[in-house]
Amino acid sequence: MQVLYGRHHVRVFRFGLRLVRDEQVAEDLVGEVFLDVWRQAGKFEGRSAVSTWLLAITRFKALSALRRRRDVELDEEAASAIEDSSDDPEVAVQKKDTGDALRKCLTALTAEHREIIDLVYYHEKSVEEVAEIVGIPENTVKTRLFYARKKLAELLKAAGVERGWP
Amino acid sequence: MTATSRKMLEQEPGEIELLLPWHAAGTLNERDARRVDEALARDPELARQYAVIREEYAETIDLNESLGAPSARAMHKLFAAIDAEPARKPRISRNIAARFTGFFATLSPRTLAWSASLGALALLLQAGVIGAVLVNNRPASFETASLSANEPITRDLRAATRDLTAVALPRALVRFVSEARVADVTALLDKYQASIIEGAKGGMFKLQFGNRAMSRDEVAALLSRLQNEKIVSLAVATP
Repeated sequence: MQVLYGRHHVRVFRFGLRLVRDEQVAEDLVGEVFLDVWRQAGKFEGRSAVSTWLLAITRFKALSALRRRRDVELDEEAASAIEDSSDDPEVAVQKKDTGDALRKCLTALTAEHREIIDLVYYHEKSVEEVAEIVGIPENTVKTRLFYARKKLAELLKAAGVERGWP
Repeated sequence: MTATSRKMLEQEPGEIELLLPWHAAGTLNERDARRVDEALARDPELARQYAVIREEYAETIDLNESLGAPSARAMHKLFAAIDAEPARKPRISRNIAARFTGFFATLSPRTLAWSASLGALALLLQAGVIGAVLVNNRPASFETASLSANEPITRDLRAATRDLTAVALPRALVRFVSEARVADVTALLDKYQASIIEGAKGGMFKLQFGNRAMSRDEVAALLSRLQNEKIVSLAVATP
């Protein structure tokens, strides 16, 4: 269990944190996820990667935590209202740092769009694995990521960053 | 204007266009990766979008890496909760192979590449350590003025160890590859008239070959043959 925890706890924490946007809640999630894993280890049949299984549990628990906080409908408006001490995208661009603006806009996406971008880019999950974690068909995975990227481009454009797509 | 560009203008993503993020992350299968590469080579619009995706990919990793890690408190709390759970009997998986597959599948392409390199290094180090231990533990030998350098050393060894025949019996520490099946191991034991005389300590089995002493050359040849067996990943002589 310690090996499993050592190998995966950081990624579980980061995935959870990106969804719930609260470090304390994300830390609690990590504990809940691995306790569940310990209790259900016998049910893991090895059909999918352990990390895919862990992320699916994390996502389920994160959504439950959000529901408990009554902000499962977290939309862009709510996301932008969350206090953040760093610069907003416009300021970041003024600093001539497109990377900063991009990271800022990645944070401003909806939870649905954030999770799919993180799963594909950061957690290196295939189309099939994302479908398994999120519980949607593979074609929906592909189109959801496409529209998440389009939304990202719109946010960047609004912040004055033109990247030549779309 | 290419078909992909037309689709982009119509806001309808093409099939290949949808796969670009997975291509950037290196998680497409070989066939799809080849299709995307071919499309990128012939469509500049698609290539431009791919450059944008590469930027998003890098920044997403950067953003996630900046999120830190849970505190040690989270770990203490978890293991305290586990300790408080009712005791359970350990369950043995019915499908060990699937678990191995699952374990390796958990590693990202980046991690897997590093792990493979580290694994190879660890194997070399282990072989080195075993070799060093064997050399250090070898019974003290001596030379006499009458011993000719051209004489076969085995004759003198036999004389010197007349009362220690057990030491001269050929033995080796052998590690089998993880895919080796029981039937493969049994067949190998039959082929070499070998028997396992000690269990799998650290994944190594101590094997004894036949019941007669062998010369150094014979042992070296035996180890060489063993090392070439598909199911053997490491074979080293042992007293």
